[in-house]
Amino acid sequence: MNKIDENLLNNIIDNNILESDSYNIRKNGQVTKRKTNPYIDIITKKDGTGIDVYVKDNTLFGIIDIPVIITESGLKDVVYNDFHIGKNANIIIVAGCGIHNTSKDDSSHDGIHRFHLKANSKVKYIEKHYGSGKGSGEKNLNPITEIEMDEGSSMTIESVQIEGVDNTLRLTKANLLKNTTLIINEKIKTSHQQHAKTDFVVTLNGENASCHITSRSVAIDNSYQEFNSIITGNTKSFAHVECDAIIQNQAAIKAIPQIFANNVEANLIHEAAIGKIAGAQLVKLMSLGLTEKEAEETIINGFLK
Amino acid sequence: MLELIDISFKRDNKQILEKINLKLDLGKFYVITGPNGSGKSSLAKIIMGIEKPDSGKILFNKIDITNKSIDERARMGISFAFQQPINFKGLTVFDLLKIAINKDLTKDKACDILSKVGLCALNYVDREVNNSLSGGELKRIEIATVLARNPKLAIFDEPEAGIDLWSFQNLISVFKYIQNNFQGITLVISHQERILNIADQIILFNNGKIEKIGNKDNMMKLIIKKETCCKGVELCE
Repeated sequence: MNKIDENLLNNIIDNNILESDSYNIRKNGQVTKRKTNPYIDIITKKDGTGIDVYVKDNTLFGIIDIPVIITESGLKDVVYNDFHIGKNANIIIVAGCGIHNTSKDDSSHDGIHRFHLKANSKVKYIEKHYGSGKGSGEKNLNPITEIEMDEGSSMTIESVQIEGVDNTLRLTKANLLKNTTLIINEKIKTSHQQHAKTDFVVTLNGENASCHITSRSVAIDNSYQEFNSIITGNTKSFAHVECDAIIQNQAAIKAIPQIFANNVEANLIHEAAIGKIAGAQLVKLMSLGLTEKEAEETIINGFLK
Repeated sequence: MLELIDISFKRDNKQILEKINLKLDLGKFYVITGPNGSGKSSLAKIIMGIEKPDSGKILFNKIDITNKSIDERARMGISFAFQQPINFKGLTVFDLLKIAINKDLTKDKACDILSKVGLCALNYVDREVNNSLSGGELKRIEIATVLARNPKLAIFDEPEAGIDLWSFQNLISVFKYIQNNFQGITLVISHQERILNIADQIILFNNGKIEKIGNKDNMMKLIIKKETCCKGVELCE
């Protein structure tokens, strides 16, 4: 790994990946390093389009790192990753993609992640996206996340895209069965001419299924963001979707919430607020000694923390 | 020392403040009181730099601060507790105290500051400063951010506004603590008799002017007399 690789990895993964329980590093469309253990197996798909990750039943506190880095300009990388999480397993998956592009050719990574959570399993999925390099070629990331949740399972997704990605089209689809919980916290910041569109399609099919989606985003300069959510409650279920956004300069954000209660016991809530930084917040922080610029940065950094 | 010289302030063709002259001395606890709309909060905001006066001058420790910004005044030692505490999504109580204190803050120190305003600190330091906190809790956190700065001039704009009776009892203890321990100038805007009772000096506002300044005993008699005379509707001459 060279310094560019290390910088990309450091921006998408907090821990030292080589010390992880299990990992799979994909660079420029090829697997470069992999580690497995008796509880977590990672197998390359026969057609070479991605990996299958198998977590055995009852595996506790397993950590799997599956970063993707792209340093080859003009590369359009597509990968299919399937996660098969055994019954009662409790694991953390750290994914993410870093693109470094110094040329005029566009680079992109489309990661299709499919999660199959067996009964009573728990998954925390952390995903960070990052772009670097001053080439005129775009850095584009289009993740698709599909989740099938069996009875009693739960999943928490922490998704962060703070800087450097020119275009993103994110799609998260989930099917929740009985007594399942899905929590999604998404943070996106766009600047310059960047575009980010994020779609959530969640269907609550099992009794007592619950879903909590929190999206916090900041759009500055001339960037554009769009937030779409379609939540359907087909049975006694609960969903809370909260979309908060700050816009500055010439940026624009559109939020399109859709909640569909298809059962009298479905309790679905959507809250959305888009606006500039509140003047009162700036005044308060300035009264604590921050300059206006410092106050703005503090509010935005706190909002996306 | 804070000195206001001929401060006038007009908004929407209404004279909010008219030639206010006032001197506040170090170590004293002042309470400004008076009917709603008499200009009390506007004066407090003008001192902090949140509003600009149309005319007049503000001297703080003999330096003219009339044209200084909010943050410049804050760095000179003026601090302000807002009537309606501000919510911050993502910023915790600890974050806000750290900004206020402007140096490294340990959890122990944060706890020490919060205990001064009657909050059991460990339950609060990592909480977000948002609507999940009650009005009384937010108010006390707001006051804690002012105490954390150890200011030379601390302004509290209607600290009793929007809190329940139980929280108010605790608030009185906080202001008694400030009265006994704070070395700078304290300026509180309040209607509450129990806060007026702590004051060294009471400043009575009416129609954008200072009607009278005096010590607590004399001023309380005057205020009670006015309330009786006017049945709490309006101050009368």
